[in-house]
Amino acid sequence: MLRPALLAAALAAAFPAHADADLDALRTEIRDMKAAYEARIQALEARLQQAETAAAQPQPSPETQTRGGFNPEVSLILQGRYAHLENRAERGIGGFMAADGHEHGGGGRGFSVDGSELVLSASIDPYFRGYLNAVLADGEVEVEEAWAQTTGLGQGFTIKGGRFKSGIGYQNEQHAHAWDFATNNLVYAALFGEGYAQDGVQLKWLAPTDTFLEFGAELGAGGAFPGTNNDGNGAGSVALFGHVGGDVGASNSWRAGLSWLRAKPRGREFEGHDVNEVETAGDFSGKSRTWLADFVWKWAPDGNPTQRNFKFAAEYFQRKESGTLACDDADPADPGLCSGGLAAPFMADQSGFYAQAVYQFMPRWRAGYRYDRLFRGDVLFNGADAGDAFESLADHDPKRHSLMLDYSPSEFSRLRLQYTLDQAMAGVDENQFYVQYIYSLGSHGAHKF
Amino acid sequence: MTHFHPTWRAGLFAAALLLPGAAQAALKVFACEPEWGALAREIGGDRVDVYTATTAMQDPHRIEARPSLIARARNADLLVCTGAELEIGWLPVILAESGNRAIQAGQPGQFFAADFVALREKPAVLDRAAGDVHAAGNPHIQTDPHNIARVGAALAERMATLDPADAGVFRNRWADFSARWTAAIARWEKAAAPLKGAPVVVQHKAFPYLQSWLGLKEVAVLEPKPGVEPSLASLAAVKQRLAAEPAKMVIRAAYQPARPSEWIAAQAGVKAVVVPFTVGGDAQSGDLFGLFDSTVSKLLAGLN
Repeated sequence: MLRPALLAAALAAAFPAHADADLDALRTEIRDMKAAYEARIQALEARLQQAETAAAQPQPSPETQTRGGFNPEVSLILQGRYAHLENRAERGIGGFMAADGHEHGGGGRGFSVDGSELVLSASIDPYFRGYLNAVLADGEVEVEEAWAQTTGLGQGFTIKGGRFKSGIGYQNEQHAHAWDFATNNLVYAALFGEGYAQDGVQLKWLAPTDTFLEFGAELGAGGAFPGTNNDGNGAGSVALFGHVGGDVGASNSWRAGLSWLRAKPRGREFEGHDVNEVETAGDFSGKSRTWLADFVWKWAPDGNPTQRNFKFAAEYFQRKESGTLACDDADPADPGLCSGGLAAPFMADQSGFYAQAVYQFMPRWRAGYRYDRLFRGDVLFNGADAGDAFESLADHDPKRHSLMLDYSPSEFSRLRLQYTLDQAMAGVDENQFYVQYIYSLGSHGAHKF
Repeated sequence: MTHFHPTWRAGLFAAALLLPGAAQAALKVFACEPEWGALAREIGGDRVDVYTATTAMQDPHRIEARPSLIARARNADLLVCTGAELEIGWLPVILAESGNRAIQAGQPGQFFAADFVALREKPAVLDRAAGDVHAAGNPHIQTDPHNIARVGAALAERMATLDPADAGVFRNRWADFSARWTAAIARWEKAAAPLKGAPVVVQHKAFPYLQSWLGLKEVAVLEPKPGVEPSLASLAAVKQRLAAEPAKMVIRAAYQPARPSEWIAAQAGVKAVVVPFTVGGDAQSGDLFGLFDSTVSKLLAGLN
């Protein structure tokens, strides 16, 4: 690197002072040469260093070195519980035509083992990712999710097809093992049973903004509650949703959303008692429209949730259903209000919300409280209050208070204690106690926000 | 080549400035950890637009897949992460939700630093009974400056591939950084000579690369298993070990809780040393040079 400088000095000495113009030209030329030399030397140094780096260590094929060991990724969730409940003939949600309490096989009193979730997922090829979630229970395997999703569309678009948990609301996409409480909240229990799953397609688009802004649309068979299997072409259900989210400083983050679901129930089963305690069997046909608003806020000091963190989540819904309710006596020998068959207009305009807060006050330990509240609103049958006809639709605003404490020895295991004061049915005021375990084996499933 | 009249050229120049996209946009980098964000900035200068997903105060194993991260990943041209399963608890969600083809697995826009470094502590047996072990090996590679150089050389080439128009800028800036880095490593190694063979305790197995670089001797780990918080019983066991085999200091990263280190420091009479661990981990660690200046000086202070 000394050489160009020496050359310049030699040239400067050798040329008489009056040859200024020539000297300037030479100086420029030398400067250019020097720059060119340095660039080449730097490039050579960089190449040398790269070569050294490459030579200094064995380079096994990187793909196998740093990616997960298994393909597809396999994980298994084991869940079970002990429930201390009163002996009640039936459990339901008063004032609501609610989804069947589908509870993974568990749900009874005393000890029970919930279905075990087996999850397989992997890239299918450079264009798709596949996912299966199957629940293994006594004598049956239920497919909770089985879908493929595009990875290669770009521009913020993804398309998912198959059976998947709908993107509506906040809790809907979570499987039961990811819930913060041992039992489902009343909102989802009344609206969907556990959560709403589509057999269909989902299109999502993420806006190119620094604030999270996502829109989604789904078309599905609509066989799940509040819809029914209608054996038709076209879409039995349509869902639309939008989510927005961001951070406030390093410690806070949030997400809010608005969703809409349309379903077409045709002969949806409705079993209940009329006001004279006579069992009735009926069905509902018409239209069902649900709005859901959701909000989640999470806090952790400096955004580091390992020691302490806090989560607040709330969802509000409004559901309007209108159509025809047909009913008949469940047992012809025991005639009641529906004797001989009755079909009349039915209309329901109902709402509700849940709000929950969960605080991790020290590593491994979390405490939480949830309040569920439903508003029966207007329910009309045959032009009069449906409560006059059916006991299960009588005017009652269900509510529940739940307190939980959980302990997680690691990210892969969790033990939970829960107390619930249940007032979901009219005239019921029940103290419930739960002990629950959740274990996760196999690959490290990443959880959503 | 036709020559434009000066006024025309001035006009064209003004138009080029005014038209959005007329000037080529900077390469958008999504860096999972601050060290890779800083490295991308060193190589790219003003020709990169770097977003760093985490801070030095956060545990890179445990990050929420926040909406803001998904939104930033959506627009990235290049994702620079450690890999080796460090981000396995959150990055898969970010990638799946981003709707961004450029940064998916197998694309040149997905860059894992651990692919360019020989990893240490590869577990012989994969069993969670051993704690949260990473199948690929220990992912905390950034604590050895030689690793920064190895990753940087590969990153500069990757950036040049993704943005050929600025390839010259990236290569020149890398050559310049690399020269200064090599000199700095020599300086750090000289300064850190007294640390050779110094017995240390670490809170989490986060420093095998730092230990092998400076010749530190790890005599105990506070976490009974990787990722498992130290309990009083495990701390007491460490204290007993230290009675037999004394250590000079107990080292933890800036994001780790102070209590286990402070307890053992008080009980066993060793110094508690907080190293920045990554860029932004303390006031001196504004960039990669500051990171190692601070790390070396803090470790040296721990000797006394």
